[in-house]
Amino acid sequence: MSNQQTPLHSKHVALGAKMMPFAGFDMPVQYTGIIDEHMTVREQVGAFDVSHMGEVLVTGPGAFEYVQRLVTNDAAKLVDGKAMYTVMCLANGGIVDDLLVYRLSENRYMLVINASNINPDFEWMMKQNTTGESLENISDEVGLIAIQGPRAFETVSKISPVPIDDLKYYHFIELEPGSFFGCERAILSHTGYTGEAGLEIYCDASRTVEIWDALFEAGKAFGIKPVGLGARDTLRLESGFCLYGSDITTETNPLEAGLGWLTKLDQGGFIGREVLARIKEAGPERKLVGFVSQERGIPRHGDTILNSDGEEIGQVTSGTQSPILHAGIGLGYVTNQSEYTAPGSELNVQSRIRSFKVQVKRPPFHKEG
Amino acid sequence: MEFPSDLYYTQDHEWLRYDQETETCMVGITEFAQSELGDIVFVEIDELDNDLAKDDPFGTVEAVKTVAELFMPVSGTVQEMNESLEDSPELLNNDPYGEGWIIMIKLSDPSEISQLLSVDEYAAVAGS
Repeated sequence: MSNQQTPLHSKHVALGAKMMPFAGFDMPVQYTGIIDEHMTVREQVGAFDVSHMGEVLVTGPGAFEYVQRLVTNDAAKLVDGKAMYTVMCLANGGIVDDLLVYRLSENRYMLVINASNINPDFEWMMKQNTTGESLENISDEVGLIAIQGPRAFETVSKISPVPIDDLKYYHFIELEPGSFFGCERAILSHTGYTGEAGLEIYCDASRTVEIWDALFEAGKAFGIKPVGLGARDTLRLESGFCLYGSDITTETNPLEAGLGWLTKLDQGGFIGREVLARIKEAGPERKLVGFVSQERGIPRHGDTILNSDGEEIGQVTSGTQSPILHAGIGLGYVTNQSEYTAPGSELNVQSRIRSFKVQVKRPPFHKEG
Repeated sequence: MEFPSDLYYTQDHEWLRYDQETETCMVGITEFAQSELGDIVFVEIDELDNDLAKDDPFGTVEAVKTVAELFMPVSGTVQEMNESLEDSPELLNNDPYGEGWIIMIKLSDPSEISQLLSVDEYAAVAGS
């Protein structure tokens, strides 16, 4: 089966990107190299094609109640122009996906989901739609470019039809139809997956190339570079953000994944609430912790985590070499005991080729404190 | 992609520069291998001065994304390793056939050289 292409596919090929199949799309893994691209985002500004992500519009008089029942976070806290990060769960508390919820208006929301989950998510959403809201999977019509890094706002300011300097984190602007490169639908959102300031630009698929070119022109003075999925992973991991399919799956729940802050048991009743309330009361059996290698060794997905007596206490779910720390970093589930989960705890990772010491640390890993 | 014609190659994407007089060869990984691995962050040689058989592991190359084991392309002793790789593992990415060499092997059976791949045979393996 051939992979889907994003609207920017020919750009990536022309830029000499190494392409790889990812979630059914032919995506750029890297252009100049993961470390170079990573540092570009930490120090200047990088551009990511994330058009593979999925978007679903929920419209109707019961849209709010529908969203509130679908996701664990509290949609009542949203106002027009505000977004939130959340997960949606199965009745047993397992995570179906993590997503962003944008409140476009009182009766209209946009849900942004992972590319690998578009079809199962949409099916799940349809199944929960008992009040006949309108659900539209607009994933193929929407292009998405993330501009991330200390110079991201300056870059996007140059091409935005409206001022964005005061746009707060997790706030967005829905642009007037036709006012932004002729897009019928365009959103500038102060969000991202890198731990840097930045914007995510939702636009018409047919206008994505034009906008990408304009962004590179605008960002030239700031050293803008394209950034692939390789650096997207090292950036999110340095920031301690979960990756669906690795750190969170249907086999994990948000409380053990450290996502208790977006699990609002009192928001009115979401799918999975009863089970999660019981887990919260008893305390999760395991917990996702972050850790940094104390000696040579890079943790990798699937590696075993051992305590100081050499007993198996968990598994690595994500790992890489931090380009900022020049050390291995990772996330993994360990038995929920404070001697394993408290920052500073010394654990061991058994990789395919060696065993090495790691120290539990609360992310972000690349910032002190 | 560049594959120098004066080198021997293996299926595991290693290259060898053979010196008939001393029966030694310098070993590294190919341009194709470094490009597949991406940014290399450390190289570890575990078997310095040890007598090893062809295909025995002698170390590892660890990149940001993945790790690869290194295997002896011929039987012999790992006489020397490239000390510069300790501080500058990126030499494997930047100059795989020169500054990025990995080890020097003293061959125990020089006839094994004839089992290695020529540049044309290797180019076919690397798919170019």
